[in-house]
Amino acid sequence: MAKFHFFRQRVGQRVSRSASGDVGITVFLIVCGIIMVIPLYFAVLQSLKPFDELFVFPPRFYVINPTIGNYTDLFRLMAESWVPFSRYIFNTVFITTVGTVGHIFLSSLAAYPLAKYKFPGSVGFSKLIVFSLMFNGTVTAIPGYLVMAKLGWIDTYLSVIVPAFGSTLGLYLMQSFMNDLPDPLFDAARIDGAKEGTIFWKIVMPNVKAAWLTLMILSVQSLWNTNNGTYIYSEQLKTMPYAIGQVTAAGVARQGAASAAAVIMMIVPIAIFVISQSNVVETMAKSGIKE
Amino acid sequence: MTTTNQTAKQSTAWKNIRKYWAYKWKEAKKARTYYAFVLPYALIFVTFTVIPVIFSVALSFTTFNMIQSPKFIFIDNYYQLFMMDDLFLTAVKNTFLISAITGPAGYLMCLMFAWLINEMPPKFRAVLTLMFYAPSISGQAYTMFGFIFSGDEYGVLNSLLMDWGVLTSPVQWFKSEATIMPCLIVVILWLSIGTSFLSFIGGLQGIGRDQYEAGAIDGIKNRWQELWYITLPNMKNQLMFGAVMSITGSFGMGAMITALVGFPSPNYAAHTIVHHLEDYGNIRFEMGYASAIATILFIIMVGANKIVQKLLRKVGA
Repeated sequence: MAKFHFFRQRVGQRVSRSASGDVGITVFLIVCGIIMVIPLYFAVLQSLKPFDELFVFPPRFYVINPTIGNYTDLFRLMAESWVPFSRYIFNTVFITTVGTVGHIFLSSLAAYPLAKYKFPGSVGFSKLIVFSLMFNGTVTAIPGYLVMAKLGWIDTYLSVIVPAFGSTLGLYLMQSFMNDLPDPLFDAARIDGAKEGTIFWKIVMPNVKAAWLTLMILSVQSLWNTNNGTYIYSEQLKTMPYAIGQVTAAGVARQGAASAAAVIMMIVPIAIFVISQSNVVETMAKSGIKE
Repeated sequence: MTTTNQTAKQSTAWKNIRKYWAYKWKEAKKARTYYAFVLPYALIFVTFTVIPVIFSVALSFTTFNMIQSPKFIFIDNYYQLFMMDDLFLTAVKNTFLISAITGPAGYLMCLMFAWLINEMPPKFRAVLTLMFYAPSISGQAYTMFGFIFSGDEYGVLNSLLMDWGVLTSPVQWFKSEATIMPCLIVVILWLSIGTSFLSFIGGLQGIGRDQYEAGAIDGIKNRWQELWYITLPNMKNQLMFGAVMSITGSFGMGAMITALVGFPSPNYAAHTIVHHLEDYGNIRFEMGYASAIATILFIIMVGANKIVQKLLRKVGA
């Protein structure tokens, strides 16, 4: 009976479904989902293994004597760093927050006119965006460094944050979603006397919530893991992934701490993912904005 | 007579050009709010992306060792790449093989899983999305495949196959030319649930319920028809986005292969264009040559993108 109710929820919303198909899909998804989640499970498992179990080969998919020793080891090592570890955490949190918020705002702002209106240069610029996604980063590293040096931004937060604002992926993603917004939505607002700024903030952004929540996941994930090695020299400005990398770099002896570090680094991206995904589901359940 | 005719013609042509630009200028002035919207992003994008790319393309016509200033050599780099560099041709072949298989297959996998997950009730949907996206979150997850395809008897795959009596001696999965590619393709496919998958999920959730209800009234019979006539046409923009992601991902494959099989791979059996590029850029410091490789890779991706976009226009038709 409970199972019946489980699928019943949706039958009112969508039609043409066979019950056997629903069950088949559910089973298929659960099986594939378990396969996909193995590495995540394995990463957490490794961090709980005591030293003598860590190096068993082939690795076991269970742990006999679970321990939190790896975590305490990691925190002890972190406390010994020359620059207080809180500084590294601050750097990463700061870069991730400012970079993500700025990137979402600026790329959405630019994506709105590019997606909805034609004006001289708009088509060309959109093409430029897509093309730039296809150029390999290895060879642009040197010109990029020269640009940064000319601006005098080497060894400052700016060298990491500002390029993140202009990351190409975000604009392209926002543009794809904004293309779908129906034009009457804007016309109605304009008749009511709304300015473009108001339309952007009050109409466009709420309606592409799914897009910027997705972008938030991608942006946080990449900025959170950045170790900005190229432009930053001062130890005080370095990030958490860099610091953890240093702490756990000492080979076999630090393997336990390294596996604990890997889990700790995953917590924030996963939390952001869960928050944003549950929001997407919620907004879409309430609205029916399509024409 | 003819001269006056010509001048008249010239002046009308000139007038037309002027008219065209005057029109464009008027259009541009009307759109000044939009320019103001795009400007902050455009400034950053041009400074940190467009300028370095143009600089690199220019470098591809030079020989540049990063110490002495670049020397212009016209198309020598390109000539050398296609005429003398056998390894580059191997790299092109491998890259095309990887892209031709993992590009479309990975793309369809993302679409299929996103679609099936979207059929589920909301709470369950959120959990499944996290499960499928997990490999992308756990960063270096693919190193696990090192254990699975490990070449000795203790490797997961070898020990299983030997227990079942399929093999009598262990296979060097990542070390022999014959098995390296198939194994890598499996890993790449498993890893392909990423950015495109997320955008598909977002796109699917943006499709209004009323559309499906209207579709049912119009005589849509099963979920396959619903997928082709309602769902896919409604997420065309996300499909295009996903296609670009698949193209850049599959043609740009490199770092992950290095992590699994090392660089260079056994007898260059898994040598891709990006490997070739990084070899010249990061190891030999021949930046001009590396830039030429990047430019060719860029042209290949743009071409692939053109073809895929054409195919995608047929969706729902």
